[in-house]
Amino acid sequence: MSTDAGVERAAPDGAAITAGPDAAHEVDLYLRMLMIRRFEERVYLLYLQGEIPGTLHQSQGQEAVAVGVCDVLRRTDWITSTHRPHGHALAKGVDLRAAMAELFGKATGCCGGKGGSMHLGDPAVGMLPAIAIVGGGNTVVTGLGLAFKLMRTDQVAVCFFGEGASNEGAFHEGLNFAAVQHLPIVFACENNLYGASTPFHQTSLVPDVAARAAAYGVRGEIVDGMDVLAVREAAGRAVAEARTGAGPVLLECKTYRFAGHSRGDVRGYRSRDEEAAWKERDPIVRLRERLAVTLDEGVLDAMDARVERTIDDAIEFARQSPLPRAEDALTGAYATVIGRELMP
Amino acid sequence: MTPGAPPANGERRLTIAEALREAIAEEMRHDEKVFLIGEDVGIPGGFGGAFGVYLGLTEEFGHDRIIDTPISEKALAGAAVGAALMGMRPIPDLQYADFLFECMDELVNQAAKMRYMSNGKLSVPMVLRCPVGTANRGAQHGQCPESYFVHVPGLKVVCVSDAYHAKGLLKSAVRDDDPVLFFEHKLLYGSKGREQAGGMDLTAHVPEEEYFFPIGKAVVKREGTSVTVVATHMSLYRSLAAAEELAHDGIDCEVIDPLTLLPFDEDTIFASVRKTGRLVIAHEDTLTAGWGAELAARVAEECLYSLQAPIRRVASHDVPLPVAPVLEQTVVPSVARIKAALQRCCEG
Repeated sequence: MSTDAGVERAAPDGAAITAGPDAAHEVDLYLRMLMIRRFEERVYLLYLQGEIPGTLHQSQGQEAVAVGVCDVLRRTDWITSTHRPHGHALAKGVDLRAAMAELFGKATGCCGGKGGSMHLGDPAVGMLPAIAIVGGGNTVVTGLGLAFKLMRTDQVAVCFFGEGASNEGAFHEGLNFAAVQHLPIVFACENNLYGASTPFHQTSLVPDVAARAAAYGVRGEIVDGMDVLAVREAAGRAVAEARTGAGPVLLECKTYRFAGHSRGDVRGYRSRDEEAAWKERDPIVRLRERLAVTLDEGVLDAMDARVERTIDDAIEFARQSPLPRAEDALTGAYATVIGRELMP
Repeated sequence: MTPGAPPANGERRLTIAEALREAIAEEMRHDEKVFLIGEDVGIPGGFGGAFGVYLGLTEEFGHDRIIDTPISEKALAGAAVGAALMGMRPIPDLQYADFLFECMDELVNQAAKMRYMSNGKLSVPMVLRCPVGTANRGAQHGQCPESYFVHVPGLKVVCVSDAYHAKGLLKSAVRDDDPVLFFEHKLLYGSKGREQAGGMDLTAHVPEEEYFFPIGKAVVKREGTSVTVVATHMSLYRSLAAAEELAHDGIDCEVIDPLTLLPFDEDTIFASVRKTGRLVIAHEDTLTAGWGAELAARVAEECLYSLQAPIRRVASHDVPLPVAPVLEQTVVPSVARIKAALQRCCEG
């Protein structure tokens, strides 16, 4: 993604992440977050215009979590994601054009049009097709970690999930299993305060998801999910622990989705004052202000324009791409097909 | 003959439990990516799995590859799915097929769909072993839930009823790149002697040399010309017993063990139905929307004009399983019920 934006991504390794990012790296983080924000905004318009089918669960406001966590991962590390996966996909390195084409339902999409918005992913960059069942990734991720442990690699798996998933049995089973098996996993909770329209305080008497880690003998940590540098630092610690066999870790990122739960949500269940207070903490605005201390506004504006052009290119690519062949719908469920052909 | 005793006549007779253990051991020696995971599978002084299938394996392969889990079906199924996605070949064990309902999301939403959703970039090579069947254990430890999974595109469903095919199919399933649910009947393991299975010899010849039996292939257990019976597990043996009794009445039954339920071996079954013109299906799964209904529909679609009588199904009645033996045996298909269905099918 950053290649498209004109910035080569540094290949982070476990040793380097304990140090804070240098100025160029901060620019890189900014561009990544901005790419996600603009991607989500443009996709929403394309959806309203009828160019993108289905539904959308968008992540404006949560960019610092996706970018901060994925920044400390290697390409060979893996993530699982949720029904709200666009930011995770772009942050982990799913090709921007292929992601856009997938939302358009085109053959060039990262899942050939079979996954769509809620199953965005690409094994080539270490992302399973996103798991759109709440808590679904919390058990599957244990297998990723178990495989890394059995194969004696030093890979790490990160499970993104929402605070809502912490009330699913899958959260508890996955965390306990990962703990007793000492698996190299970071459970990265995006606590955006609402499960669809229902506030978390109404569904849990424990206000912090991270507190639940103690029940399983796991280290839990809370971080400001609206600050990419803070997320990056905390995730760096968590990933380093997981990589050296001291995991798993539960990292709770306090964040907020600026958009509704899904495309038709007018957000009547929360106040505009609350939204305004969180927008004051917009992670992209905050990092831009920090960068503006040393960079000219013109330089930053030029970066913004470059991100827009990159997204224009991806949209045009998606538009021009062919549709999948209709008959492809009937193949691909099995690796080895036995018996009669599905097509009559 | 004692199960597994030295061959008296060139045969090496094993129980299903022994055959499964051999298959697992061979595959674990063949491929270091194969591992076992489940509850009570490798605890020292433990059970070697709920039915003793794994006894001795930990000594050879160690606790790295025989992994004991919490009682946590979602986690252990999820761990198997995730490890398979990373290229491992896990053999998760659920002790009782009834517990599959604890991890339906991992099996139906994740294992079955990951290959398709990823447009073929991922696969889920795992074999989930699931003991089924009534054995006076009641409503939550005796179900035959195969049919739920026959309904799920992306899964393969196997039912084994003898040691030879159990070994050959398990080896094929471990090497298959798709998720396979492998259903075994508790009364057929042979680990508790033959009394529980009604005095049947639960051993079969299993060659020393390595062999595979393909997924998707049925076997004709008894050739005949009057009527075709397709049956699994205990219903298979009860069908064979009914066939012997009916032979005296001039009804010559052809008995087929489908072995794979998803996908069915339509070639073998359709050819038999076209030959006999009659079909009875027997399974311990309940009647309504059981796999017999799907097979009956397919035969009706493809072989209707070969049929000389309506297709008959013999299945467990549509109630939860009771425990008292007299109640339980009323629910599950008996030799008498299968025999009656065969006679009715052969009238006129």
